[in-house]
Amino acid sequence: MSGSSKYQPTSPVGKWFHERLPIVAFVKDHAMDFPTPKNLNYWWTFGGILAVMLVVQIITGIVLVMHYTPHVDFAFNSVEQIMRDVNYGWLIRYMHMNGASMFFIAVYIHMFRGMYFGSYKAPREVLWMIGVIIYLVMMATAFMGYVLPWGQMSFWGAKVITNLFSAIPFVGDFVTTWLWGGYSVDNPTLNRFFSLHYLLPFVLAGLVILHIWALHVPGNNNPTGIAVKGPQDTVPFHPYYTMKDGFAIVVFLIFYALFVFYGPNYMGDAVNYVPANPLSTPAHIKPEWYYLPFYAILRSIPDKLFGVIAMFSSILILLALPWLDTSRVRSGNYRPIFKGFFWVFVIVCIALGFIGSKPPEGSYVLWGRILTAYYFIHFIVILPLLGLLETPKPLPASISDDVLAKAKLA
Amino acid sequence: MVATGAVAGVGAALVAWPFISQMNPDAAVLALATIEVDLASVPEGQEITLKWRGNPLFVRHRTKKEIEAAKSVPIADLKDPDARNANLKSGDQATDVNRVVGGKEQFLVMMGVCTHLGCVPDANSSLKEFAVLEGSIKTGGWFCPCHGSQYDTAGRIRKGPAPENLAVPPYKYLSDTKIVVG
Ligand code: HEM
Ligand code: FES
Repeated sequence: MSGSSKYQPTSPVGKWFHERLPIVAFVKDHAMDFPTPKNLNYWWTFGGILAVMLVVQIITGIVLVMHYTPHVDFAFNSVEQIMRDVNYGWLIRYMHMNGASMFFIAVYIHMFRGMYFGSYKAPREVLWMIGVIIYLVMMATAFMGYVLPWGQMSFWGAKVITNLFSAIPFVGDFVTTWLWGGYSVDNPTLNRFFSLHYLLPFVLAGLVILHIWALHVPGNNNPTGIAVKGPQDTVPFHPYYTMKDGFAIVVFLIFYALFVFYGPNYMGDAVNYVPANPLSTPAHIKPEWYYLPFYAILRSIPDKLFGVIAMFSSILILLALPWLDTSRVRSGNYRPIFKGFFWVFVIVCIALGFIGSKPPEGSYVLWGRILTAYYFIHFIVILPLLGLLETPKPLPASISDDVLAKAKLA
Repeated sequence: MVATGAVAGVGAALVAWPFISQMNPDAAVLALATIEVDLASVPEGQEITLKWRGNPLFVRHRTKKEIEAAKSVPIADLKDPDARNANLKSGDQATDVNRVVGGKEQFLVMMGVCTHLGCVPDANSSLKEFAVLEGSIKTGGWFCPCHGSQYDTAGRIRKGPAPENLAVPPYKYLSDTKIVVG
């Protein structure tokens, strides 16, 4: 793509540099001139929002490390010291803590967007799969970060999640001992989690580059789901989408600031302000909100090994999504029956999250099982069959046609 | 080329091992302490929790009622029929007497680590009656707050996702009321 760059350096210094490192041309091609469908709506701004949140997490994280002590005897107090003594420490910690939640809000919207508009279908399967891997690394990063303040939830969350590996037949116990560096979650565990929590966001940054590379081969999908047919269907990324994304980022940051300043602990669990105690589990342990649907699936299966398998499968099944959905029409706008099932699926995911936040008793158990079954049926039965049975609505001839038709209606 | 590749491959594997092995428990962790427990200090019907190898260890002085409740359960009703007693052979049946050492059934010594995902089960001490009804415990024993596993008065798994009975660690009697764990 950089072969046919529109960038022509004019100054002698520009020419000299371009011949040695054509980075200016690269940025111009990929961040400014990149031809982008002209009908992208605000659901398409969450990619940019995610990139901003990754940067926010890295900057606030590096600052936190300047004051944090990764040792079981000092970790909790060092976080309290950040909150009380360090200049603006409270702000930086609340930014990091709520930033993680914002990151997940954005990624869930971004993923459901992809599911509704069929952005995982050919030729974007690899782009989608890199996205799923990014999501997995994000979950691992946030999990290890949550362990660092060494509160009760940190400790027991770490214990329960690492114990998932003890379900592996034969070698399970060796694996958990290896992960812990001991016979329980303890100082060696905290130290290695700290090391990896620092590392993984940079791995994420690398994956994001691959994700955007894979995006810039076929180009963006769009709300009609049909391919770009020519220059009349696109606009250059800058200034059209730098402005649209920029506006969305500002609105999102305002939303984020409302939490940081007015409800910094709203999405957290008060029990994590109690220092870790390895001898007593809090009465209601539950993970951070962004893991709750998967936690509900884990608990719905009354068998240790199969519960763990179901939980991991519920995420890994996303990797197979491009092949499970048999319909050749991408956008849900033209799939009347799929559209209904899509929203049912969204509600099922939210309901699973609700069940995950409740104690495993009474009707919550039954509902957890029904919703877990539906979650898998959506992927394994509904999507493959719908593609074969449903009659899609007629597609517009081109993106341009669609835009003009809508303009006329308005 | 093949030879170079093979040497490089073996070399990579040899170098990888120290990097994997360093994550295993280090010498300080392995030099695990043994602890002595004076059972006389635990009154009947009470339980103490100690820390052994970083994990909670339950020592319960069981009442006659608790022992009888456990004894009345047919082995066929147990989810895990193995005694899970480090002082016996694996495969020994999970009878009540096999859950303790030296036939002293009043003292139940076991890990307070749920065999599901490692939370600490709570003793159902607020419920006064210990009874085994319809093959599953209704009162007494231990309840794990995390995902609802229930253990009977001998620490055997009866209900919920946990696969095994609570583990009985290696221990021996030094005197009539003194044990050493580890
Ligand atoms: C993908 C980006 C990241 C995510 C999702 C993330 C997530 C989290 C979460 C959920 C916590 C627990 C907050 C709390 O309850 O207190 C945390 C803590 C922490 N993180 Fe991160 N983090 C990210 C990047 C980073 C980076 C790049 C660094 C360092 C360079 C870092 C350093 C820390 C430190 C020192 C703590 C402990 C202080 C505290 O608990 O507030 N994080 N992180
Ligand atoms: S950890 Fe005890 S039931 Fe899950």
